[in-house]
Amino acid sequence: MTATDTHRAIDAVWRIESARIIAGLTRIVRDVGLAEELAQDALVAALEQWPESGIPDNPGAWLMATAKHRAIDNFRRNKLLERKHEELGRELKTQQEAAVADFEIAQDDDIGDDLLRLVFISSHPVLSTEGRVALTLRLLGGLTTDEIARAFLVPEPTVAQRIVRAKRTLSEASVPFEVPRGPDLSARLSSVLEVIYLVFNEGYSATSGDDWMRPALCEDALRLGRILAGLAPNEPEVHGLVALMEIQASRARARTGPSGEPILLLDQDRARWDQLLIHRGLAALERTEQLGGASGAYALQAAIAACHARARTAAETDWRRIASLYDALAELTPSPIVELNRAVAYAMALGPAAGLELVDALASEPSLKSYHLLPSVRGDFLFKLGRFAEAEAEFERAASLTRNGRERQLLLDRARACAGGLSQP
Amino acid sequence: MRFMMIVKSSESSGRPPQALMDAIDKLGQEANKAGTRVASGALAPTAVSTRIRLSRGQLTKIDGPFTEAKEVIGGYAIFDLKSREEAIEGAQRFMELHKKYWPGWEGETEIRQIFGPEEFARACE
Repeated sequence: MTATDTHRAIDAVWRIESARIIAGLTRIVRDVGLAEELAQDALVAALEQWPESGIPDNPGAWLMATAKHRAIDNFRRNKLLERKHEELGRELKTQQEAAVADFEIAQDDDIGDDLLRLVFISSHPVLSTEGRVALTLRLLGGLTTDEIARAFLVPEPTVAQRIVRAKRTLSEASVPFEVPRGPDLSARLSSVLEVIYLVFNEGYSATSGDDWMRPALCEDALRLGRILAGLAPNEPEVHGLVALMEIQASRARARTGPSGEPILLLDQDRARWDQLLIHRGLAALERTEQLGGASGAYALQAAIAACHARARTAAETDWRRIASLYDALAELTPSPIVELNRAVAYAMALGPAAGLELVDALASEPSLKSYHLLPSVRGDFLFKLGRFAEAEAEFERAASLTRNGRERQLLLDRARACAGGLSQP
Repeated sequence: MRFMMIVKSSESSGRPPQALMDAIDKLGQEANKAGTRVASGALAPTAVSTRIRLSRGQLTKIDGPFTEAKEVIGGYAIFDLKSREEAIEGAQRFMELHKKYWPGWEGETEIRQIFGPEEFARACE
């Protein structure tokens, strides 16, 4: 094995093991920042020693043992300091002794619990959203600062700064390393899910010219979601989010044409959908439903995505079911965007007049004032109703609002088609 | 990146020891928990398999059993991973278990990347 091979193998081991090692160490030292430093020290030791000694049989255990030794050294050093500064007091000392004892009894069985604690602490509400995202990707996704920076199109020092600040905030706020219980749990869990879905959407919004790290965020988010589903198997919304991401990711390859142009859902070549991911998504959705979580926000969106996934052709789509799912979603998480989607579903299920009625109710919505899809959707309904002059005006308005050149052309073409419709007897 | 791990060995190896099955199960659970294993399966013996062969413009259907091949595919698993190295590391762990729990067993795990349309297009260029 050449040195480069060894380094690449170490990278792979790190990717597999780092989250578990950091989680286990945090439990011992009670500080995420310190735990990560210790784990990094162990990685450096591996990079120094393995090219000479070869990769050990159980590389994960080697890294963990090395990091734990450093942790003990660290305690000893602190204890010496402590003797010198007795004002630090008895309390701290007992805490550290308890932590050393903890280390002795920390067993493999606890790894799952430690990981779950790490998930929760990385998405702690005391942190900024950006801090949560960076820390989660760094500690649980095993991404480097540079990779996170490239994925989010920000300079590397910015990400490094976010991570440093997040660790400091956790330390200063003495956030306990624990899985929240009782009424806290659902709020804390939704913070975790929000971070994962944000990462996913960032990857999903990548366009063809972007660095490959951007679309790879979808895979990172999926992986995080699947890990969480394994750690918290009885939480319905976790499976709901996983279902939603699996099904959305299944369409990744069908979403763009050969020259990078976006292809809308109903126009996609369904043979390009990833059936393995659809299968997994439907299974996760079923699990959500079994756990009684069918009415959760992610579960509802996943159920809508599933309606499309189950239809072999666009014409076979169960629009009535989609419309009723949007009814439930609009009630649970009302927003103008959900309402617009609901209008489209109603138009498909019951005809353009039903859709138009819902869209007209959105006319005075300030947040949609310069959103091109509102006039575009309204134009489509009007066109289908034969009200060509009104449709033409809507398509022109939509064309003037979109920033995407290809889309503008498409809308202007539709406006022209309305003029054609007008001239017909 | 998606990979298929294909496990090959002689069909006359006999039943794997329970300790190996348990260890493989544990490794698989870990992979599920890590969110990397997306599918897996064991294959029925070739004695009950069927081959449809095209040769010289003729289709022929051949039912097993076949003359014993040195190595046949016994199982597979599909993983979503970051890199080829991660796949190699995983396959090595899988084979280490065989070394530990099934002395004398011989076989191999082949790591094949599964092409999506993009990789396929690139390979055809």
